[in-house]
Amino acid sequence: MWEYTDKVRDHFLNPRNVGEIENADGVGEVGSLACGDALTLYLKVDDNKTIEDAKFQTFGCASAIASSSALTEMIKGKTLDEAIKITNDDIAAYLGGLPKEKMHCSVMGRDALEAAISNIDGKPVKKVEGEIVCECFGVTDLEIERAVRENGLKTIEDVTSYVKAGGGCEKCHDNIQKIIDNSLGNETPVEQKPLKLTNIQKIKLIEETLQREIKPALEKDGGGIELVDVEGDTVSVKLYGACATCSASQVTLKHYVESKLKELVTPELVVEEV
Amino acid sequence: MNTVYLDNNATTKVADKVLDEMLPYFSDFYGNPSSMHAFGGNVGKKLVEAREKTAALIGAIPEEIIFTSCGTESDSTAIRAAVQSNPEKKHIITSRVEHPAVKNLCEHYAKNGYRVTVVPVDSMGNLDLEYLRQHLTDDTAIVSIMWANNESGVIFPIHEISKMVKERGIVFHTDAVQAVGKIPMNIQDAGIDMLSLSGHKIHAPKGIGALYVKKGTKFFPYMIGGHQENGRRGGTENVPSIIGLGKACELAAEHLEEINTRVKELRDTLENELLNRIPNAAINGNKDARLPNTTSVGFEYVEGEAILLMLDQFGICASSGSACTSGSLEPSHVLRAMGVPFTSAHGSIRFSLSTYTSSEEINSVIDNMPPIIEKLRELSPFWKKKKAAG
Repeated sequence: MWEYTDKVRDHFLNPRNVGEIENADGVGEVGSLACGDALTLYLKVDDNKTIEDAKFQTFGCASAIASSSALTEMIKGKTLDEAIKITNDDIAAYLGGLPKEKMHCSVMGRDALEAAISNIDGKPVKKVEGEIVCECFGVTDLEIERAVRENGLKTIEDVTSYVKAGGGCEKCHDNIQKIIDNSLGNETPVEQKPLKLTNIQKIKLIEETLQREIKPALEKDGGGIELVDVEGDTVSVKLYGACATCSASQVTLKHYVESKLKELVTPELVVEEV
Repeated sequence: MNTVYLDNNATTKVADKVLDEMLPYFSDFYGNPSSMHAFGGNVGKKLVEAREKTAALIGAIPEEIIFTSCGTESDSTAIRAAVQSNPEKKHIITSRVEHPAVKNLCEHYAKNGYRVTVVPVDSMGNLDLEYLRQHLTDDTAIVSIMWANNESGVIFPIHEISKMVKERGIVFHTDAVQAVGKIPMNIQDAGIDMLSLSGHKIHAPKGIGALYVKKGTKFFPYMIGGHQENGRRGGTENVPSIIGLGKACELAAEHLEEINTRVKELRDTLENELLNRIPNAAINGNKDARLPNTTSVGFEYVEGEAILLMLDQFGICASSGSACTSGSLEPSHVLRAMGVPFTSAHGSIRFSLSTYTSSEEINSVIDNMPPIIEKLRELSPFWKKKKAAG
């Protein structure tokens, strides 16, 4: 069961501002039935470009409904210039936080707000730009880049939690990883790796990468990893904590640990759990 | 507020009689059944009794029962045993609707040099038997197909399947965790080589399961250790739970008729009333071949987690095939395999009953469900559109 805050429960059980606004000045529609959640946001704006009224309709889970309800409360009385500055984090914070896996609900709120504001005065809804990366949920590279940048996302799992990309068939995981790496690379230049490693260099580098990159990420989820042995290009590791019992541990191992080591040490590496 | 517990395919209440039977083996008779002294030896006798009762429920002989820690261990043991004892065979067949205990293990083999055929189901959840037949090969190490599905409750024609598989001399395993205790079974006739069952689905505690291994089946232990379970599963026996499982199996045999009459009628009333009172709702799965205690109902244009949390306000416990409850983003693999449309897959709720279920509990759901669905539909942008479109 999800750990929802009292505020999430309250906004879910007693949602504010439900419904449509006739002759709304701006309407923002995001999400779809297939994706499992969708939000339509209606705005009424006065002459001073202040949001007079906001209403919503949402299909989705408790946190999607609560995020929509919170959003309408947050924007009423704000000018459009003020409202557009609201981030998904602000929505989550208003609700006293959301489980990480549910952050996409707050992102949906932010997206609907942007769509509704850009629709004001009958302007056509701004088209989503960029190339589709995740076909299952129709998420583009620009959307992923933005989520990574604005929320400091570091793993594919983070990206899935925030914008859903990668949560379906997982075929796009390599491409998402590239976007994350590029984005992180913008801040810290990617280290140059030596062309040919000696065995000792290789083991050292594997150990360093585990300590610096992989361990902290797994620990965030209550898991851990330990290097057991390196034989040729086979890296034996032990997962413990939440990782050891997690049904997704094989995914973690292959998609995250292995791809990270391949990238930062040498592409020949294969990771095995012992 | 009373708890209305309709999530018995997830887990069940430990029966009072089961608990009573178990308790002395924590406090008074704590001896090790392997010991030479009578204090331990007497415990061993009680295990013999539990093995007989467990075997009797499925029509096996006691020597064919191995006690394990859970259904997952039973599944894992069975599939690994077949694979290890047929090292030259590199093909596994399973179905698209298996429990993760089988599904994820097969996926593991698929990543490690095995060819895995996954047999599809139709929109009613029925297994494609012809597809299965066509994919049986001399290279097939094992066919693992569940007896009944945990989400839809659909029962597979296990006799027909085992006949088909055994004609080709292939090992056949069935995960019968949901079927045991709900439908009569006589495994001697069924031609099954291995069968998994779990205690906590039939009013025994969590942490105990059993694997039936037909006499003469090639076997390889998963837990290698002491001589327990005839060397087929090392480790000191979980004595109180094994005794609990034995008692639960005895009770399950006694309650089989009630499950298939009174409980089934309650289930039928529940789903008929829900369909009568709530528009745009449908049953997932073949109504003619279903566990008597299970119903999966898809409510269009609403989302399952939201329904469950609203039911929770009334103390009603059910479960959902929706994505949001599990933390994944897609609806359950079972509903997707059946091709349940997205309009209702996200809003599918499973109610699973037991002999403890009362008509008051069923009435509570029948009364509370329509306003919940209505409230959520009022919130949903798709419901308005649907109504506007007529």
